[in-house]
Amino acid sequence: MTDLIAASAEKAPPATARPRPRRRGPGWRNTLIGWSFILPNLIGFVALTLVPVVAAFALSFASWDGFNPPKWVGLKNFRRLFKDDATMTALRNTVYYACGHVPLTMLAALGLALLLNRKMRGMAFFRAVAFFPYITSMVAVAIVWNMLFNPQYGPVDQFLHWFGVANGPGWTTTTGWAMPAVIVTSVWRDMGYYMILFLAGLQAIPPELYEAAQVDGASAWQRFRAVTLPGLRPTTFLVLILLTVQSFKVFDLIFVMTGGGPGTATLVLSQQIYQTGIVDGEYGYASAISVLLFLLVLVLTLTQFWFNRRRER
Amino acid sequence: MTATVLDRPPGRAQRKPGATRRRVGRVLLYTVLILAAAAILLPFAWMLSASLKRDNDVFTVPTQWIPHDIQWGNFTRIWTDIPMTTYLRNTVFLSTVITLLQLLTGSFAAYGFAKVKWRGRDALFVLYVATIALPWQAYMIPQYIMMVKAGLTDTFLSLILLQAFGAFGVFLMRQYYMTIPDELCEAARIDGLSEYRIWAQIILPLSKPALASLALLTFVNTWNDYMGPFIYLTDNDHWTIQLGLQSFIGEYSSDYAMMMTGSVLSVLPILVIFLFGQRYFIRGIATSGMKG
Repeated sequence: MTDLIAASAEKAPPATARPRPRRRGPGWRNTLIGWSFILPNLIGFVALTLVPVVAAFALSFASWDGFNPPKWVGLKNFRRLFKDDATMTALRNTVYYACGHVPLTMLAALGLALLLNRKMRGMAFFRAVAFFPYITSMVAVAIVWNMLFNPQYGPVDQFLHWFGVANGPGWTTTTGWAMPAVIVTSVWRDMGYYMILFLAGLQAIPPELYEAAQVDGASAWQRFRAVTLPGLRPTTFLVLILLTVQSFKVFDLIFVMTGGGPGTATLVLSQQIYQTGIVDGEYGYASAISVLLFLLVLVLTLTQFWFNRRRER
Repeated sequence: MTATVLDRPPGRAQRKPGATRRRVGRVLLYTVLILAAAAILLPFAWMLSASLKRDNDVFTVPTQWIPHDIQWGNFTRIWTDIPMTTYLRNTVFLSTVITLLQLLTGSFAAYGFAKVKWRGRDALFVLYVATIALPWQAYMIPQYIMMVKAGLTDTFLSLILLQAFGAFGVFLMRQYYMTIPDELCEAARIDGLSEYRIWAQIILPLSKPALASLALLTFVNTWNDYMGPFIYLTDNDHWTIQLGLQSFIGEYSSDYAMMMTGSVLSVLPILVIFLFGQRYFIRGIATSGMKG
């Protein structure tokens, strides 16, 4: 996991990892100075991130209400997890969300980046427009889109009306269409962020390659297939990993937009962790769901990494 | 051999149709772009328009994109309808303190990771980076228990502690410090400057662009944060603007117009910050490829 993340971090466009000459200094003195710089951040980091991470793993094998001493229960929490309807629904919904959110956001972001990767008047403005949703407050986004999706009276249904759809599908008020509505909203919000990563990737492709292709008489489509796509491989890979992780931990947008409903139609793993842990106080069981989420993200990331390696050979 | 020569295949320049075709292509491109921009901005148009309506006029068929009866009063009423001043004050306070702490501890630690050589440094850094990719929900429960046991729930301190020591700031600043030549520090060392003064007097002033990126990203993230305040802040006096926005959602009826008024007020500061600091946002994201 750690190697992998370091590797994907190296892939971030201008990550400058140039070799440094090794010099031997007075070892212990440098070590002391080094630690003194890191300590203020490290104390907070260890106490509030590292310890909780380890604790989550330990707690997932225990039963604890927060008052009495924790009791070791082995794999009981995990066995319960696979029999629990709510958790399994949350797992299915999370996968459903990811299957919509990842490819759609990727396509939209790549499309925007290709459109906006030009030196023409107004490009900065259009990029800003595409990016702004990403830094708009999640609550405002959720409330506004809920209103846009309002059955009958919302602009989305009025728009569909023009095309002869008399009644929209009901969107967030129905179990079947709540998730698509949430996915549309999240694609709209996130595409600008990934567009920036794609733009950075596009600008890293040497222009000589395009010139050579043009001299060879390659059409625009051929240039896209032969130069742009291969050149974007590292970026595409990074975006795929980031998007997958982001999809699996989705929380606040759905929580504000639908509250997990109607029923459990948009209940996702993160909300289930919140519900069982912080609301119901079943710390052990909630930690087991956290570990499941963590392992899922880990396995998916590793699979993508392995797949990428194989294709590179 | 310049790019401009190759841009134009030979013979293209004299032929009229090529130029016309290019112009048509350009008009088409701008049409597509303007349509796309309008579609992306539509939710904001709705927000602004609804914020200036009477609640009854929000949902009409067809939608009144320009309200018939503009209610400027919504923007004065909201300050008395809900404790907007308190929410804003809390949000500004939290965002500022967390941003400052993140800048200070982040850039300080980044110097230790980038410019001082010591054993175990790179292993520790990998550990830092690894946790950035970890879903926060995976350790949310133990964090919460710790805060409960420390008696810190419903205090600003809990959120400050949770968000001020993120690994993201260390990562972003370290990436930037790696681009600053080591010779600069070396020269300062020969001049007898201590490492702490090299950080304060040489590296810190040089890293203003990276500091700006980190400051803007952290500030906006904290400003927009919902789950943190939602879990930890229960007392209405401690609420941030994001929690306050939801106070118009009632059990039986919701005041949609006022909800939009509040949304406009919560988005406006972010818009202003974005307009002034756009390039720092973009640079920060392109450098890190990662989110806090």
